[in-house]
Amino acid sequence: MAKTNGAAKNGRIEVHKTYKVFIGGKFPRTESGRYYSPQPAGQSLGNICLCSRKDVRNSVVAARAAQSSWAARTAYNRGQILYRIAEMMEGRSEQFVAELQTQGMTAAAAKKEVVQSIDRMIYYAGWCDKYQQIFSAVNPVASSHFNFSVLEPTGVVFVVANEESPLLGLASLIAPIIAGGNSCVVLASESKPLSAITLSEVLATSDVPGGVVNILTGLKSELHEHFSSHMDVNAIAFDCNDQKMLVAVREFAVENVKRVKHYSQDWTDDESQNPYLIQDFCEIKTTWHPIEQISASGSGY
Amino acid sequence: MNISNSSFRANSPTVDQVGVVERAKRFQTRSIKKAAKMAGLKMVLNMIDLTTLEGMDTEGKVKQLCYKARHLHDAVPDLPTVAAVCVYPPFVGLAKSEVADSGIKVASVATAFPSGNSSLEIKLDDVKMAVDQGADEIDMVISRGRFHKGDYGFVHDEIASVKEACGAARLKVILETGELGTLDKVRLASDIAILAGADFIKTSTGKIKPAATLPVTLVMLEAIRDHYFNTGVMVGMKPAGGISKAKLALHYLIMVKETLGEQWLTNQWFRFGASSLANDVLMQIVKQQTGAYQSADYFSLD
Repeated sequence: MAKTNGAAKNGRIEVHKTYKVFIGGKFPRTESGRYYSPQPAGQSLGNICLCSRKDVRNSVVAARAAQSSWAARTAYNRGQILYRIAEMMEGRSEQFVAELQTQGMTAAAAKKEVVQSIDRMIYYAGWCDKYQQIFSAVNPVASSHFNFSVLEPTGVVFVVANEESPLLGLASLIAPIIAGGNSCVVLASESKPLSAITLSEVLATSDVPGGVVNILTGLKSELHEHFSSHMDVNAIAFDCNDQKMLVAVREFAVENVKRVKHYSQDWTDDESQNPYLIQDFCEIKTTWHPIEQISASGSGY
Repeated sequence: MNISNSSFRANSPTVDQVGVVERAKRFQTRSIKKAAKMAGLKMVLNMIDLTTLEGMDTEGKVKQLCYKARHLHDAVPDLPTVAAVCVYPPFVGLAKSEVADSGIKVASVATAFPSGNSSLEIKLDDVKMAVDQGADEIDMVISRGRFHKGDYGFVHDEIASVKEACGAARLKVILETGELGTLDKVRLASDIAILAGADFIKTSTGKIKPAATLPVTLVMLEAIRDHYFNTGVMVGMKPAGGISKAKLALHYLIMVKETLGEQWLTNQWFRFGASSLANDVLMQIVKQQTGAYQSADYFSLD
């Protein structure tokens, strides 16, 4: 992060970073060529991509292409990769803290946010090969069937990330969503997008297959119609308290009966991490498997 | 015919590869929107040869393909049908009865598709089998091995014999450009096929990568254009394989229009050999109508 402009003391010109978005494992600029300059702490953060509906479209295509093979990986392997994300975040923790401060957080709060985000990733890494056992069931039925229910990923999830907790809010939703075998497209915090951009650089080097997580920056007001009406988005995680927009999102989501989950919890609370967030983006498949009557008393399973 | 191998080469111009690639790139910078896009998309649909050419094809698969050809997406009224279905010779009779009076043509690959490695007798029998069952169009492959040996006369005569065996059926000659190597050879093969009586020239079998690309298609279109200027005879063009996106298909149409002219913008003279293109075009059409981006979940399987 450059904090001063122009030439430094030794005459060297600082190299400023071009902030890009993260689509399909690559770092393109927005196709629209538009930028905005958020100033969460009075000073401009730089030129941030102002993504358009076509960036949403491209990311959903990438997310869709990546989803089935991500879901087909073993739960154990998904856990390993989430753990790897945490490792890489740890290595970048100073950068995360510095950026959070640039975006207006106190040093102590920034440090806490980063530590909690890394821990959250570890928490869900552990759940990857365990949630299925907790939520699946063998169901009693009154016929000659072996009846069981298992969780399957919903598919492509669109995440509207928390505005005020730019890293922890993001990690708290991305982790359970991909732990469950979904892929996602994330719209980063509008006013504090730097943490999400850095997280995308972490994801790119953590063995997460390209397209499983895609991160866009831009305006909710401009994009909400397009992701919520998109027929190939299966669910929306909406972490924003704009009630008017939430209603609009729910209305647009009707066309293909998307799940719209609204979150407003305090992510710093340990209660806000739990396997039910994984379940939020899973569907339950129940199978009726015909069996013979296997005991004289009639009991089956 | 008695044309020496060297004269084939002498009569075929060389191709400026850099120029062709640059020119092809420029077609992709055109932006087509709204009403023109909608008209273009419908035109693309109407030019598709819906294709199934797999070793695992069954009667059921062919029936499904024919149903799809007739009912692309019934939720949208007034859609055109595709131009033709393209199958292996044993399925021609079935396909013919399935498409019935819909106006959809039945094309069949023949001549030991996809390698083309067989005797002329067997190839002609293959063609006859398809034609006897009522195939409207025959897609043949040229003998690439003989072509690379410089045996252009053989390649020419083989195409001419197949053309004769086709009778009333129109002949599409597959050059398999992915195996030809250079654009010069693509141009030479195009000229030989056109001279031998091809009704259409076609890029690829779809079994070899790279299949159809814009530069390769442009070279073939230019061969058709030069032949038209010299003789006044029109020849059709069919890029096949690797065209699965509506946007790319529209760029092909632009290239045809700007190279050959509007006369070629009908399925009598231009076709796409594709299987997954149709769904992408349909999704774009519904997007234009509803404003919402579409999902493959709501369209029939290819």
